[in-house]
Amino acid sequence: MAVAATVGTPREALENGVTSVDIRSKSFGGVPVLGRVRFDIAPGERVALVGPSGIGKSTVLRIVTGIDTRFEGHVDRPEAMAIVFQEPTLLPWRSTIDNLLLTHPGLARDDALAALDRVGLSGKDGFFPGQLSLGQQRRLSLARAFAGKPDLLIMDEPFVSLDPEMAEQMIALTETLIAETKPATLFVTHAHAEAERLADRVLVLGGHPATLG
Amino acid sequence: MIDKPAVTSALSILGLFALWVVAATLSAFPQILPQPWALLEPFQREIANGKLPYHLGATLLRVIWAFCLAMAFGVALGLAMGRSERLNRWLDPWLVIFLNLPALVLIVLCYLWIGLNETAAIVAVTLNKIPNVATFIREGARALSPDLDAMAQVYRMSWMARLRHVTLPQLAPYIAGAARAGVAVIWKIVLVVEFLGRSSGIGFQIHLYFQLFDVRMVLVYSLSFIVVMLAVEWLLLQPWERRVRRWRTA
Repeated sequence: MAVAATVGTPREALENGVTSVDIRSKSFGGVPVLGRVRFDIAPGERVALVGPSGIGKSTVLRIVTGIDTRFEGHVDRPEAMAIVFQEPTLLPWRSTIDNLLLTHPGLARDDALAALDRVGLSGKDGFFPGQLSLGQQRRLSLARAFAGKPDLLIMDEPFVSLDPEMAEQMIALTETLIAETKPATLFVTHAHAEAERLADRVLVLGGHPATLG
Repeated sequence: MIDKPAVTSALSILGLFALWVVAATLSAFPQILPQPWALLEPFQREIANGKLPYHLGATLLRVIWAFCLAMAFGVALGLAMGRSERLNRWLDPWLVIFLNLPALVLIVLCYLWIGLNETAAIVAVTLNKIPNVATFIREGARALSPDLDAMAQVYRMSWMARLRHVTLPQLAPYIAGAARAGVAVIWKIVLVVEFLGRSSGIGFQIHLYFQLFDVRMVLVYSLSFIVVMLAVEWLLLQPWERRVRRWRTA
């Protein structure tokens, strides 16, 4: 179904569940940062987007998620998405279980408790995020991402600021959760080792304005 | 254990009371500055004949109306201005003008344009307070976390859920600040509004006893309302603030 590219208006999910990204250009204040960036992610496929810092990876990610709609091109994305940021990005004024329930209104309380249990946070459902360690907060953020059984999971340098031991723990947990839920995954990083470990396919962003090499 | 700050507050209030007694003793003119206990008899009389509760109620009702309206419009306006730089550029000069417009001017204009009625009184107080609330909330809206916004958007939280669980909790300290500053200013403006053009309320009674040069009654009415407003602060605002701050101290 050939549809003329529309300016800045992403269309919603395709029937076959493929996430399709076609960015023709993106500028900030007249300065082009992205050129043609075109890729698809099949259901269950794990794709890593790598490139040096400041190249525009996060911009691509913000366009894919629909946070940024001011670009030329179009994006087809599934309805159920989840995101894991570099920081936990929790609601500090709501309990851990409410952090899951508020972002997934359809989630049953028991399923939310199971999701907490899955990341090693059983018994912490009444705690506020500030009462958890940073590692626990990150795991809560993973639990939130997987609780909704997303079709598309987006991860923005989720392990970048961790010490090696914690990074290893988090990567292992993420691998397990991805294997269980099997979402299509777009994984942004500047560490090639991480990318090759977690992804089926690696896309490299480079140049000015940035394109896929 | 004795609560230290509470003891200090009690002593401080006692000191003010002692100062009053000394000043009243020195002045020796009870009609200019009566002793505190000389207010007890008229206080009891005004409660018994129902006048004090009636006027207190009238003023309190106006305060509640003006407070709720000013907070609702102020929060909405401040939030919109804090989130949209374009809107802020358009509306900021208005805010500056209204912030610098004396309360008295707005009150007189409202009475002249709307008439000497309840609507004019409440509109005048509300308009006086909206710019302050909006200014407070705008600061809060500018400090809203873009990451939490992005998170809420990706997880497709509904508009209501976002407002309730993402935006308002971040604004809570600013709303609490605006509310406390708001209550303090609003009841004083309500008294002026009543003084100038109402036939009920604490301000009206103060106007009446001002003309009769009855210092005792002026003090009875104003002190009664101060007590009510302190009760609101301690029994409503402070507990609410503690409740919304619970997650910080947990």
